[in-house]
Amino acid sequence: MQAKNQNWDFHHALKVLDEVCIGCTHCMTVCPTQAIRVRDGKARIIDNRCVDCGECYKACPVSAIIVEQDDLQMINNYPVRVVLVPGVLIGQFPEKIRTSKIYAALKEIGFTHIFEVENSVEMVLDAYSQFQSENTNRPLISSFCPAIIRLIQVRFPSLVDHILRAKPPIDISALYYKKRLISEGISASDIGMFYVTPCAAKIAAIKSPVGEEESPVTGVINMNYLYNRILQHLKKNEEPPKADFDRLLNSKGILWSLTRGESVHSKGRALAIDGINNVTEFLEKLENDEYEDIDFLELRACDESCAGGILISGNRFLTVERLTKRAAEYEASELANPPRKNDPLMEISPESFFKKVKPRPMEKLDEDISKALRKMERKRRLMCFLPGFDCAACGAPDCQTLSEDIVQGKAQVSHCIFMQQVMMDQKKLSWEHAKKITESIWGSERLQKNCNKLGAEDENN
Amino acid sequence: MQFKYKIAGGDFTNAGNASSAVKKILKQLNVDHVISKHIVVALYEAEVNIVAHAYSGVIEVNIDENQIHIILDDKGPGIADIDQAMEEGYSTASPQVREMGFGAGMGLANMKRNADKMLISSEPGKGTKVELIHYLKPDAG
Repeated sequence: MQAKNQNWDFHHALKVLDEVCIGCTHCMTVCPTQAIRVRDGKARIIDNRCVDCGECYKACPVSAIIVEQDDLQMINNYPVRVVLVPGVLIGQFPEKIRTSKIYAALKEIGFTHIFEVENSVEMVLDAYSQFQSENTNRPLISSFCPAIIRLIQVRFPSLVDHILRAKPPIDISALYYKKRLISEGISASDIGMFYVTPCAAKIAAIKSPVGEEESPVTGVINMNYLYNRILQHLKKNEEPPKADFDRLLNSKGILWSLTRGESVHSKGRALAIDGINNVTEFLEKLENDEYEDIDFLELRACDESCAGGILISGNRFLTVERLTKRAAEYEASELANPPRKNDPLMEISPESFFKKVKPRPMEKLDEDISKALRKMERKRRLMCFLPGFDCAACGAPDCQTLSEDIVQGKAQVSHCIFMQQVMMDQKKLSWEHAKKITESIWGSERLQKNCNKLGAEDENN
Repeated sequence: MQFKYKIAGGDFTNAGNASSAVKKILKQLNVDHVISKHIVVALYEAEVNIVAHAYSGVIEVNIDENQIHIILDDKGPGIADIDQAMEEGYSTASPQVREMGFGAGMGLANMKRNADKMLISSEPGKGTKVELIHYLKPDAG
């Protein structure tokens, strides 16, 4: 029973809004883990396959995929309201808007304390060094991007022991700052820690952490929502008061969440790969031992890393440019080497690492090899009949996935519209039955006239 | 169940495709990932050997619930002295092949290390046949 829980007790931040979903195939065909099917005219996400990468969110033409988030009102339940701000939030504003103004707006919105997530990168680097010296697996894979960790768990289970199990800056920062507030005499129950997230995967990772211990983060705020709230405050008040905040951040921290932000600090041979399909392609080869002598891999699910997160409002290339400039300014100023306070709370501890990452292989046809072999034989036979050009009209992303669904008892051969023709021709399927099948996949109204769709007469109605 | 893959000599770009395909099959069959890794590493070495040394080859993969039996049959120069070829560091690879990062002379030894059983037969001037056997259950073999 343990194994079953492991597969299903997974929190996902991406949800489908049934009332908005038009039941097309865009999300289903871009999903890198084949986690989506269409049933009753709506996209359905299969929980134990989804890695929260957000490719479906980007592909959806009607914004029917949403990111489950905490309500900003939630912060009012805590007297001490800490906002944990990642660098990419600042990168979205034009340069003329100084960081202190953005932080002043965050205080007006209701936060009492501001802490930049990447303040802890020096601690993270210490944790990396320690893990690297104690662990002989190479290459070590960064634990920074939670979508990548989940991708490895489900698609590359043999690589889980290569994950560098140091916690990412968000966890280290949250742990540190909470302890610091407590050391200043604030009661733990009064502290609410809120992370502003650029993506869905970070939400999922906080709601169900990989190492299975509880996250120190209380709530997660959608960056796109908060960005718009900040803009309103900036407009209201042309010259907001300057906010004070810890100046611990250095240029390393500013660049950390961008592509090559981690790999440049790695000793030995290090590669940075962004984009989940690029990562998948590389890991396929790595799993075969085709690449040797690589020491460190920085792998990020989004193109341009966190600047390309699905909750980033600004253009990802401009965000990268602004942050690069900001880092150069810091490098040239007295902020280049912020004093690393003589603070015992800033030392790494066993808490800086997470426990074993469990593989959750999703590709197996059956636990039992004899049964899996029989299913595979049947699947190969089915593929002799399915058309093989992946039209997705069956409600599965491609013919191979349909054949797997069939052998798993989750779909029928007659779901394929080409097989329907063959079966009708052989008098094994009636027209009425075929129509019922189509409606069960694409919804009962799909065969009726509808002018509200994109490109039709009343597309905006 | 049987799978067959054709290998073209000299095509380093596609070397590894058969290994990747077999890896996917092993994942679907829920083969333990440690065993699967040994199979894929041995097969990849063998696949690269055909690409690096032979003119063409066929890989035949036979799987049942107890074992995976892989037969790699190539048309090529063959191996004159198999014992010598098994020695670590011994290689007949051309400088061009070595420049691409292959041909370090570790291939056959590495295959033997990763397989439960390995058989090699060769006819110089005609080709080489390699058989790799891996037991799929941790307690077998």
